[in-house]
Amino acid sequence: MSMLDVDHINIAYKNKPTVTDFSMHIEKGQIYSIVGESGSGKTTVIRAIFGMLPGGGKVTGGSIVFEGESLLTFSRERWRLFRGKDISMIFQDSGAMMNPTKRVGSAFIEYIRTHEAVSKEEAFRKGVMMLERMRLPSGENIMRSYPFQLSGGMRQRVGIAMGMTYEPKLLLADEPTSALDVTTQAQIVRQMMELRENYGTSLIVVTHNLGVAAYMSDHIIVMKDGKIEDEGDRDYILYHSGNAYTHKLLEAVPSIGGRRFV
Amino acid sequence: MFDEKDLILEAKHVTRVFPAAGGRSLTACNDISLKFYKGKTLGIVGESGCGKSTFMRFLVSLDKPTSGEILYRGKDITAFRGEELRQHRQHIQMVFQDPAQSFNPKMKIQDIICEPLLNFKRIKNSEKREAAERLLKMVELPPEMADRFMHNMSGGQRQRVAIARALALEPEIMLLDEATSALDVSVQRTIIELITKLQREKGITMGFICHDIGLVQSLAHQIAVMYLGNIVEVLPGEDISTHAKHPYTQALLKSIFDVKMDFSKKIESIDSEAPSPLDVPKGCPFCNRCDCLMEKCRTEKPTLATLGEGHLVACHKYA
Repeated sequence: MSMLDVDHINIAYKNKPTVTDFSMHIEKGQIYSIVGESGSGKTTVIRAIFGMLPGGGKVTGGSIVFEGESLLTFSRERWRLFRGKDISMIFQDSGAMMNPTKRVGSAFIEYIRTHEAVSKEEAFRKGVMMLERMRLPSGENIMRSYPFQLSGGMRQRVGIAMGMTYEPKLLLADEPTSALDVTTQAQIVRQMMELRENYGTSLIVVTHNLGVAAYMSDHIIVMKDGKIEDEGDRDYILYHSGNAYTHKLLEAVPSIGGRRFV
Repeated sequence: MFDEKDLILEAKHVTRVFPAAGGRSLTACNDISLKFYKGKTLGIVGESGCGKSTFMRFLVSLDKPTSGEILYRGKDITAFRGEELRQHRQHIQMVFQDPAQSFNPKMKIQDIICEPLLNFKRIKNSEKREAAERLLKMVELPPEMADRFMHNMSGGQRQRVAIARALALEPEIMLLDEATSALDVSVQRTIIELITKLQREKGITMGFICHDIGLVQSLAHQIAVMYLGNIVEVLPGEDISTHAKHPYTQALLKSIFDVKMDFSKKIESIDSEAPSPLDVPKGCPFCNRCDCLMEKCRTEKPTLATLGEGHLVACHKYA
């Protein structure tokens, strides 16, 4: 039994099947990537693992088991305590998950106080410490800023800092670098990989960029139309896969010294 | 490589200063000189906030520089007013990053595409359908899409519509501002294939703004690298990894995730973030992030020096 076992799950939105027969098994400290185009169902899969399928979405078959417990039977209250502690998630734009009229600190403090009975001052200090651990200088300043005052890269670091507060065993990341500049993307990718070195965190990264996926992961799953199209380790996906769709995605990654169109 | 008689659009010493709070000022573009040649693509790369979009807005006359001039076939377009400016807009068209936001969601695709044609009385209202279908075909979309709305289309399809509208007036120059940045890599590639094909067929001059130097080098004849409002390097589009000299250009190159990269090496990238354009360092703008810093860099600002054909660098190392 692995840390997370996703076995043959089917997911449907309002009776319309979206993901069919999806399985994955993750051990502690492993990094998995799910790659595919928009609409391939990759986000739906990790949202199902996180128990956060949007309206009308439902897991209609199969099982999701995390450390021996079936996530599909969790009550609302059980989820509330579980989410953000054992499993955390980073979104594409961590600024959009925060209330734009409130300061970063107020969201962070609320989050900490949901999971721990501490005073606001203590929660504030813990937030600052987490921000600084994620290499954000002057954490106090950031706690007092509004999300729109931070750059995209900083917002993403705030998202990682929040997600890592309770050193979750599994971190889910939905297109964590797609909205960022290439230089910032490299910094964030490097930082996510350090999470495994420093905390032994397992990661599931959803991305459309095979370049990023290949750099980060132990195992890559290629999804198309809600199904697993191809999967394997980096070496297999990059050099040995015979799958036409994998080839198409590989070719699309812009490469220095690669094909020029002019 | 570039023939001076093919010069269409030229920016000469363009500077734009915005007033900022507390009586300070923000220099978004600092003394930028760039040239666009017929049928060629000029790529502009740089991080968010480096002033590349501000610069592009001058070229389409959406904003005016504080100083400097922009010459279209020898005429300064920043001095155009009224009807002269309106007529001039036919020559330079633009594609924005997010068509879902730049177009009216209540308009049908055919109305969006044909609006410029009707504005300039190129077609009659009765010819709208025909024109829309012709333009949709040009961007490889089925003609039935003419009746759809933006929200019924995928990101790639929307961007094709935006290209169809930009090319409806058959402009000489098309500018694309991060036009593919919000798309999946596979869709991004099909859009690049489309615009380079259209460029070959119609001889359009293109300006391509992007933060991904790997993508830019796949379609640009010449690349300008911008940092905090300054052009730090201008280099030919081919073999950029061997040509790139400026430390910032090299940093951009190093931060690309390439499926052909050496995975045993750690990805290198500059750790810090770009300083706010409100306090650009004295001397070289890149001096506080550069790893080959010299004493001179902190005090003296390097100017663009010619290194080879079509290759300019602003760095004290190569002065």
